Amino acid sequence: MGELFVKERQIVVPGDKLASGMDYLPAGGAYRDGEEIRSSVVGILGINGRVLRVIALKTHYNPRPGDMVIAKITDMTNSLWFAKVDSFRDGLMTLREVPEYVDDGADLTQFYNFGDYVLAKVAAVGRTNLMLTLKGPGLRKISGGRIIEINSAKVPRVIGKQGSMISLLKDKTGCRIIVGQNGLVWVQGAPEHELVAVDAINYINEKGHLQGLTDKVSDLLDKAMKNVVVHDSEEKPQKDKPKKKAKEESDDEEEAPTRRAAGKKAKKTAKRGSKK
Amino acid sequence: MAKVIKEHIHSLLEKGLRQDGRKLLDYRKDISVEYGISPKSAEGSARVRIGETEVVAGVKLGMSTPYPDQQDSGSIMFGAELSPIASDRFEMGPPSIESIEIARVVDRGIRESGAIDFKKLCVKKGEKVWQICVDMYPINDAGNLRDACSLAALAAMKDAKFPEFDKVTGIVNYEKKTKTSLPLTDEPIEVTVLKINNDFVIDPSCEEEEFLDARLTTAFLKDGAICAMQKGGKGALSTEDIGKMVKIASDNVKLLRKAL
Repeated sequence: MGELFVKERQIVVPGDKLASGMDYLPAGGAYRDGEEIRSSVVGILGINGRVLRVIALKTHYNPRPGDMVIAKITDMTNSLWFAKVDSFRDGLMTLREVPEYVDDGADLTQFYNFGDYVLAKVAAVGRTNLMLTLKGPGLRKISGGRIIEINSAKVPRVIGKQGSMISLLKDKTGCRIIVGQNGLVWVQGAPEHELVAVDAINYINEKGHLQGLTDKVSDLLDKAMKNVVVHDSEEKPQKDKPKKKAKEESDDEEEAPTRRAAGKKAKKTAKRGSKK
Repeated sequence: MAKVIKEHIHSLLEKGLRQDGRKLLDYRKDISVEYGISPKSAEGSARVRIGETEVVAGVKLGMSTPYPDQQDSGSIMFGAELSPIASDRFEMGPPSIESIEIARVVDRGIRESGAIDFKKLCVKKGEKVWQICVDMYPINDAGNLRDACSLAALAAMKDAKFPEFDKVTGIVNYEKKTKTSLPLTDEPIEVTVLKINNDFVIDPSCEEEEFLDARLTTAFLKDGAICAMQKGGKGALSTEDIGKMVKIASDNVKLLRKAL
């Protein structure tokens, strides 16, 4: 009968035997090799009944329609912008997909220039390119703050269950944070608090596979925030936090989109677009 | 060139801060030098780490004929290979301008210091001299490759031992190393100071290097004398700027020298 060779949450490497026999089923990150089930990635084993799944420690970003991403404008023609979404595909953003009215023959750099970062949504994914859109609530050009890079496999860890981790980060540091599904994270706040938030996000990026992550990050944030010396006396993030939070509430949905639902919507709009 | 990042760096600098939490003139604390990391393939080798930045350098000693205008002196060559392993900014193929500059500036620092007596590298006048090849391979670029390369090259040269040379047959036996080191009389070390938006910054990160206005690399001898310089970047430097930058650099050489 079926036999399991590794424990749950154990780290496995490609080719590792996970189980033998037909009792178990391979899911993402695992494959069947005759009688055996093997891992195809470096990751942590998850067991759900008969289903074996390996959650990769690191992955490249695999875009799906409806994903919120932070993209960098790298090139433009007279009718569209090219944006790097950090996958091998070219991100394309046509004139129709931006909220501004762009006149025929207008200088596109006036709207989105080389090197600008935009908060965009993936509308459709093709074989060699993907379509981006800036039409939607909260989608915009990014100004202020800083952008850091994490592995896209760790994005769910930074957001947490029902956004628990991200709201912890926001509450404790008073920073505004937006996580793109492609692993780019935008952080804005008082310089010292920004630094604490960035350190915490980098910590999650490195130690995201460990258990009890939320508690560890919480401790880390508490310790770091205690040591923060605010240089600029005008900035007191503790006081204007409630105000900011209210503002953030509307932003929250954009950060942890229910991928499936959003994906369906985007697909619909994309289809409509192509019919025209 | 991302405007957001540039503005962020500038706004932090105005407050005397940097993206990684250091002050403007804070060198990264974790500087380490490892000697003899590749004893079988190179006559001398070293690995230098400055924070996350890592450079490996190797010294090969070969027998060659002297240059026609210097019949009685050996020669030295420097090379820097910026391969994609270090950063996604680098590509395979012919050497980039950046890699040529790094190699030449390190070369200048060591050659012009007079730390090597090339006459001592002569085996037989007009026929046989030692040629020193120093290669620098950045393994990870987390900023400030220049200082790291300079330190790695010097460390590898300090580590180098001559291979056995048979004067009768004229064959170099690389299997056996003698106990003779390179004739190094001094230790020139380079320190780079950046000017960004009227602020001076030392030991830059990759982002800071991308948005620099000007940079000045200065090489110092053990006694603090300056032996080489290189200015880079599009921005201009006034006389006072240069004075200040050299002062900042000279204050920080001892940090790197301590790691040797």
